[in-house]
Amino acid sequence: MNQADFLNIVMPFKDKLYRLAKRLLVSTEEAEDATQEILLKLWSKNKVMESYNNVEAFAMTMTKNFCLDRLKSKQASNLTLVHSNYSDGNSSLQSQVEAKDSINWVERIMEELPEQQKMVLQLRDVEEYDFDEIGALLDMKPTAIRVALSRARKTVREKLMQKHSYGIG
Amino acid sequence: MELDNIEKLLEKYFEATTTVAEEETLRTYFSQESVATHLEQYAPMFQYFSKAKEERYTKQVALKPRRNYTKWLSVAAVAVLLFGIYFGNDYREQQLAEKEKAAYAYQQTKMALDLLAENFSKGTEKVAYLKEFEETKQKIYNNN
Repeated sequence: MNQADFLNIVMPFKDKLYRLAKRLLVSTEEAEDATQEILLKLWSKNKVMESYNNVEAFAMTMTKNFCLDRLKSKQASNLTLVHSNYSDGNSSLQSQVEAKDSINWVERIMEELPEQQKMVLQLRDVEEYDFDEIGALLDMKPTAIRVALSRARKTVREKLMQKHSYGIG
Repeated sequence: MELDNIEKLLEKYFEATTTVAEEETLRTYFSQESVATHLEQYAPMFQYFSKAKEERYTKQVALKPRRNYTKWLSVAAVAVLLFGIYFGNDYREQQLAEKEKAAYAYQQTKMALDLLAENFSKGTEKVAYLKEFEETKQKIYNNN
């Protein structure tokens, strides 16, 4: 497999790898590094890659494991939340700006979720994977996925409500 | 889109029993401008998911073909080994020859020194006569 073939296979889902990495690692730079690492690892396996029946699922699993390892490792203690500059929105701001703020809240709320719920929510609501695919990726049973997903969505809803009723703290 | 349909879907959504297609319906509904007031609170969620999907990985990754260094490494090792054996042998022969030369030179020097020593001892014998002569001379002087 040459470089062009490899890129043709990898290009369609490299953004998904990056988004999953960013969801887990939060920081943009960390996520970029992780994605690069994964792509290079895939490239080093390009000889055997043709034998994988689903390269995307394989790459997603690799990304998941890589990021979780990264979070567990000591290096992770250097990770910082890069963009938690909670803006001090006051009530006089335009409703458009407020709406945009609320969208960003969702991102911050998702950062607070447990890793598993984070991943389930990311894979389902952003990447639109079905339960079988998520199950294969995260090694979970469909019922467990449903529970985690429901919990994650409800948590996001609740936190969002809190922000709305109390304003920004 | 029917409003109560959306409400039903939302309920299902939070129980995580919606299908991917139904969730798509929800996302489309909430992405439009006018959302029913009592549902507005859910809008940020779905808008965020749609927005998150737009994020792209823009960094360039340099994919270098992995070179097979091991093959060349063995070639280099063999070359060094052959070089060593070839010139090493030469060097050892040179050293052997030098040793032989040194041994020959030693033999020659020893012979020369032996010759010298022999002649020296002949010399001392002759000097012994001289000593005899000297003693006799002293005797004669003393008698007078």
